[in-house]
Amino acid sequence: MARPPSRRPGLNRRAQYSLFASYVVALTGAAVGLLLIVIAIFDPTGFSALRIAAAEIGRPASVTMKGMVSGVASVDEVLASYWRAGSQNVALRRQVEADRNRIIEAKAVAQENLRLKKLLKLVDEDSSDLLAARLIASSSSSARRFARLNAGSWQGVRAGMPVRAPEGLIGRVHSTTPNSSDVLLLTDASNIVPVRRAADNIPAISTGLGDGSVEIRALSAGRNPFKPGDLLVTSGIGGVYQPNIPVAVVVRAQGEIAYGVPLANPARVDAVVVERIFEEAVTRPGPAATPVANESVPANAAAAP
Amino acid sequence: MIDPHLHHVPRLGRHPSRFRLEATPIVTVLLGSLLTTLPVIAQSPIMPPFGLLLLLSWRLLRPELWRAWIGVPLGLFDDMTSGQPIGSAMFLWTVALIAIDAIEPRMVWRSYRQDWLIAALAIIFCISGGLFFARITGGGSVRFLLILPQMVWTILLFPFVVRQCARIDRWRVMA
Repeated sequence: MARPPSRRPGLNRRAQYSLFASYVVALTGAAVGLLLIVIAIFDPTGFSALRIAAAEIGRPASVTMKGMVSGVASVDEVLASYWRAGSQNVALRRQVEADRNRIIEAKAVAQENLRLKKLLKLVDEDSSDLLAARLIASSSSSARRFARLNAGSWQGVRAGMPVRAPEGLIGRVHSTTPNSSDVLLLTDASNIVPVRRAADNIPAISTGLGDGSVEIRALSAGRNPFKPGDLLVTSGIGGVYQPNIPVAVVVRAQGEIAYGVPLANPARVDAVVVERIFEEAVTRPGPAATPVANESVPANAAAAP
Repeated sequence: MIDPHLHHVPRLGRHPSRFRLEATPIVTVLLGSLLTTLPVIAQSPIMPPFGLLLLLSWRLLRPELWRAWIGVPLGLFDDMTSGQPIGSAMFLWTVALIAIDAIEPRMVWRSYRQDWLIAALAIIFCISGGLFFARITGGGSVRFLLILPQMVWTILLFPFVVRQCARIDRWRVMA
């Protein structure tokens, strides 16, 4: 096949100028794009206001479709659970028997906790929950891991607020528009969460890998203390996340790095809870709050305990 | 503007409206960009950039349709919906279109395969450029391996998208 018709304008002066002008416009536009990127290097959320229009257009469509497909997403899980249903049933029944005792013990411990806290005159009013909303879309074609939340600045959501599900941490709010906001997921490569091992308080830092898993680096020197199966929870250091939100479970340890899988799968959770920033939630009642370090220096702060 | 052999086929003597001729390609690209509003919470970059695919399809199917600057507004809209830093697709798409303009007169033979090759190069450039921009604007160190699957099936999807574009194009030029 021959080449397509030439776009050269020939001798027509006006056509020549028009073609030239179109390239000038294109190059200027590309340069403006590059400039916006350079600005974004220093101020990543600077031009997020530009997203408002697109976010507000897309939101109703996403919400409608979310309502239609929420059952479809878990079809594979339902099918898989029929496999080995009988033996699983027996195992689960034994598990329930074993758990019943644990629950009674836990109730006793909770009561004892309450008593001890009263002794210490600690005020533990849980005023950190702001609202519950649903994740309606995500940046599925980009290398960044953002999810769009169906609540925005008009509902009181602010940038930096932690987002969690009953199963564990989801991420934190990155930027807001009037009716929706972007959540930086736990698995984004720029999301750093100070964590500790639930069993023995070994501090570590969790960084997303962008592929649905997280990388965990212990803050203590020496060999890697993590083993597959270790449960990690937020440590509360940094003042953004409340302590003791489940984060991830370690699946593989390799050299100095351990790899974990988040406990809450954002694709599967039904609703998420936006919480107030921990620092604010603690400091609001009065000035007698714990001193909170800046998030950018979690390393030396976490080394203390 | 329109293929010569299609000039004489409008049904019952009607011509397509100017709005349909001009707006259809733009609207399809915008809809392609808006596919990220599907309620899929992805754990890794899996969805092909449909906006880019449709842009390339229209550009290679109808070279006379757009000038290269069309990448600026369409890219800006894609940035607003895709989660990439604003300016990323604006820059990459425009540069890809200018590059296609520069290559085209130098190619003597053109067929479907050359179109696919050009599109593949443009897709590789835009996706890896997007990864680079995401990295330098605070995206952390995402491995290149992570976007390879997305790249592969975006390239494999191109023939299908071109076919659909051609179908839309036939509707566009026939009243």
